[in-house]
Amino acid sequence: MGNKFQNSPRAYIVRLELADRPGELLRVLEPISSSGGNLLSIFHERGDITPRGKIPVEIDLECSPDQFESILSTYSDLDIHVTQSGEELYRGELVVLLIGDAIANDLSSVIASIDASGSVAVIESSVNRSIESPAEASSILRLAIKEGNQLQAVDSVKSIVSKYDLHFMTTTDHEVSQ
Amino acid sequence: MKLAVLGVGSVGKAVAQLSGEYGHSVVALADSKSAIVDPKGVNVGDVLEQKSNQMPLGDASLEDIFNSDYEVLIEATPTTLESAEPAFSNIKAALEAGRHVVLANKGPVAERFEELQSIADGSKGTLRFEATVGGSIPILSTIEDVDPRNITSVRGILNGTSNFILTRMAAKNLSYSHVLSEAQELGVAEADPTFDVGGIDTALKCVILSNVLSGGGFCLSDANVEGIQHISNHALNLADKSGLTIRLVGEATREGVNVAPMLVPKNEDLAVEGTQNIVQIATENGGVLSLAGAGAGGGPTASAIFLDLQRLIV
Repeated sequence: MGNKFQNSPRAYIVRLELADRPGELLRVLEPISSSGGNLLSIFHERGDITPRGKIPVEIDLECSPDQFESILSTYSDLDIHVTQSGEELYRGELVVLLIGDAIANDLSSVIASIDASGSVAVIESSVNRSIESPAEASSILRLAIKEGNQLQAVDSVKSIVSKYDLHFMTTTDHEVSQ
Repeated sequence: MKLAVLGVGSVGKAVAQLSGEYGHSVVALADSKSAIVDPKGVNVGDVLEQKSNQMPLGDASLEDIFNSDYEVLIEATPTTLESAEPAFSNIKAALEAGRHVVLANKGPVAERFEELQSIADGSKGTLRFEATVGGSIPILSTIEDVDPRNITSVRGILNGTSNFILTRMAAKNLSYSHVLSEAQELGVAEADPTFDVGGIDTALKCVILSNVLSGGGFCLSDANVEGIQHISNHALNLADKSGLTIRLVGEATREGVNVAPMLVPKNEDLAVEGTQNIVQIATENGGVLSLAGAGAGGGPTASAIFLDLQRLIV
């Protein structure tokens, strides 16, 4: 990336935890608009309260690195709890479900292989083990697509997990080609 | 119209029983062992009663049927793959005699589509096969009305057995093998369930759809097929926590056929429950059309046959 792009706008993801009271969401969005950032999406699930009674919010935005620093420092001044933040070449997400023994034995290595592909990054993973036979497990991974389109990302993840003998499944949204 | 019905399974039986209601008469009826021909109309009630007492339908031969004055052949014998016999030869004989043919049997249009089309093209009769895809749901008629050229792809849940199993596993947190045996007891699954849970039935339907979209070129061996046998309740549980569920989705395009379990948002149309079927037709300019309904069973499948018969009259 050349010099003149160093402060060009790019996509970021910020994860926050908000108190469950009116006006909280607005308080979080205000610093983005006042810094000149461009809001891409907000995921705010009131039903999904954390053990500490907070509501997790995920914000996708577009701004320059300088603007992003200023947004984060405003959050810190306002005592807004940021759980995660970072640059994301945001090209969309992919949700995949994997089933097989490697989930119970070797999930971290599966995730590392996916991350190492460079085309997608694992944002979130959850695991469920079989009660009857704990060696059997499944995992849902939420992936950020960093390179290429969704179909290429699907192919790439599919070929990685096949090496671990995992059954692979993804969502239907990219399937019906319109 | 005067119908010759081949096959007296749940579909053939329902067609024979309901034909009067729709203004048709059955002039010939055959199962795998026997046949009856009556130009004045077969007394369906009596003949089916005989069959339930293990007696032959009558003393006619298949040849007698083809020599009778039927107007439409209803092919409802069990689906066979590859050569799709004996259905293929039955259809050929009827079309070559200038009669119409309405199919419930998937084999011929999935495995030998182009051959059938060329026989139909040279015949005064017409070949229709609404009942081969999605039971009561008028999928092929809709595609015909929209015009296949305006359709980019079709996808759907086209196997009630698999959908029943996935729905119940998720709802009650039960294992695959447990729900499969329940389904077998209920008659929702066959003793050998591979055809349904292995995705073959869905694939055949999608192959037919791909053939309709592109004027032929596909058979079962071209399809990528994955079944639901490896789906576990812990996977369904996990999907559920993300607002998703798992469905056996079939997709038909002009490029080919894919059948595999997929993640579907629980609140989406595609997440139909139990033995329901749904099909989504993606159109060039009209968005996505969704049609849901009963995908199997005698009555629903017979209703698709009567829809074809009505289109033959019009």
